[in-house]
Amino acid sequence: MVTTSIKWLRRNLFSNWWNTGLTVLVLYVLWSAVPPFIDWAFVSAVWHGEGRAACLGPGKGACWPFVYANLDQFIYGRYPAELRWRVNVAFLLGLAGLVPMLIPRVPAKFWNLGYLVIAWPMIAIVLISGDRPGLIGVDTDLWGGLLVTLIVAITGIVASFPLGVLLALGRRSEMPVIRSLSTIFIEFWRGVPLITVLFMASVMLPLFLPREIHLDNLLRCLVGVALFSSAYMAEVVRGGLQAVPRGQIEAARALGLSYWQTMGLVVLPQALRHVIPGIVNTFIGLFKDTTLVLIVGLFDFLGQVRVQLSDMHWSTPQGAATGYVFAAFVYWVFCFGMSRYSAFMERRLNKGMVR
Amino acid sequence: MTKSPIIEIAHVDKWYGDFHALKDVSLSVAEGERIVIAGPSGSGKSTLIRCINRLEAHDKGRIAVDGIELTEDLKRIDEVRREVGMVFQQFNLFPHMTVLENCTLAPIWVRKQPQEEAEATAMRFLERVRIPEQALKYPGQLSGGQQQRVAIARALCMNPKIMLFDEPTSALDPEMIKEVLDVMVGLANDGMTMICVTHEMGFAREVADRVVFMDQGEIVEEAPPAEFFTSPKSERTKAFLAQILRG
Repeated sequence: MVTTSIKWLRRNLFSNWWNTGLTVLVLYVLWSAVPPFIDWAFVSAVWHGEGRAACLGPGKGACWPFVYANLDQFIYGRYPAELRWRVNVAFLLGLAGLVPMLIPRVPAKFWNLGYLVIAWPMIAIVLISGDRPGLIGVDTDLWGGLLVTLIVAITGIVASFPLGVLLALGRRSEMPVIRSLSTIFIEFWRGVPLITVLFMASVMLPLFLPREIHLDNLLRCLVGVALFSSAYMAEVVRGGLQAVPRGQIEAARALGLSYWQTMGLVVLPQALRHVIPGIVNTFIGLFKDTTLVLIVGLFDFLGQVRVQLSDMHWSTPQGAATGYVFAAFVYWVFCFGMSRYSAFMERRLNKGMVR
Repeated sequence: MTKSPIIEIAHVDKWYGDFHALKDVSLSVAEGERIVIAGPSGSGKSTLIRCINRLEAHDKGRIAVDGIELTEDLKRIDEVRREVGMVFQQFNLFPHMTVLENCTLAPIWVRKQPQEEAEATAMRFLERVRIPEQALKYPGQLSGGQQQRVAIARALCMNPKIMLFDEPTSALDPEMIKEVLDVMVGLANDGMTMICVTHEMGFAREVADRVVFMDQGEIVEEAPPAEFFTSPKSERTKAFLAQILRG
């Protein structure tokens, strides 16, 4: 055992002077970064206590009490505490639809998807906004934290996927009008930064609309994010469409399948399989880009963390670092989850189909 | 023969940009007739049969299949495609579906058959092409010859009146050609109307009612196989036969 590991080390890490030098350099970098971080995050960290006094003092690390004391704000923002159960119910209802959807063995995927993209969003909107007689309304100004992050991300994902597929098909259409409209749309949204889109949605749009029409700030941002990410999705899907041989379309058409049947049953199932990594990449990018809504006055998860950081009650030298490390960790958990799920799907889909 | 033609091609021209792919081509095919189209590559044989189910649109002239004239009208095109089965050089099976799903897709979605009925029909045709045991495999798990037989079964499941074959054995390894040709001979003996682009002159001799020789976008000669192979009229046909029969 020992000799084989030494052999392995010698072959892979110390095979010549150049590799030895690199190995030593990497070890040095790890040594100077990892132990101090572990010390800061765990050993010297403050785990209990209340208020800034607990986290003050020389040699103290991360201020974790700041995170648990503000956890509710991180999740719900300024959403009224006595109504937060409605958010929780909406979340659980979503989870109840999402989990069976993600497990391939569970049947009735069609109805499950319908619930997830049509029924649930409507229920969730009513629950969270309270916009129905008998419910107490909660203005979107009060929404914040992870709630806003998830709303923006889910809307972006759910809307950009079908829109992106349609745009990709449009861009490859044989009809010149549809083709040029799709191309112009895609190139416009890909050409402007998301920040500009959000600014336009939140600042410029109200100037052009008549005064009587009031569009909610959050809603405007949602539309902006959805259109923006659909342009990216369209290009990813188009890449997949190009990988499907022309003969597939010809065979389907020769059998009498219509254009939409050909696309939906033959071309897209193959095209989307090719681009799962690209699609998930776009979703992950979108999830992280939701932090940009901060600049139009919406407080998403990261924004809410920053808000709580400026709270005098918790202002300590380590507070900011603690908050950002925690925020980074939460984003990482979501993104890593998506990434792992896509890897699982790829393996599963590639099992039967050998080219 | 007094039967009315099931396929009528009259004075058809087609261009790809400046390239004149079909030059004033006329051909009529009676029901139950077996036609083999031969010719050097680039002679327009594939283009011609792809015009019959409008995978390619002709620019001039008239094509009518089973009384339906092919025009821009998508409804008519779909009607024709339902009656015309096609087998391609590259098989073009759908790789994400099993053999059985490949065969039932169009009957279920185009003919609106119930699934059980479509599956029963599919199994019947898979037996006929002698691979029922592969029904639940994916195309990628089959040999080229097996894939091409599945492709034939898939086309037959739509119960077509006419079958088009576009060089069905050209992409196959030599030892697999026979199994595909055997299936095609069987089909011909059952009276299917067939138009077959192929270099298999043995097949042409055995089953064709007529051999059509094309070169440079024109039909140069058409004749029953006995006549075509023994006493070709044009010099181009002679040159072609000399080349192909030597190999």
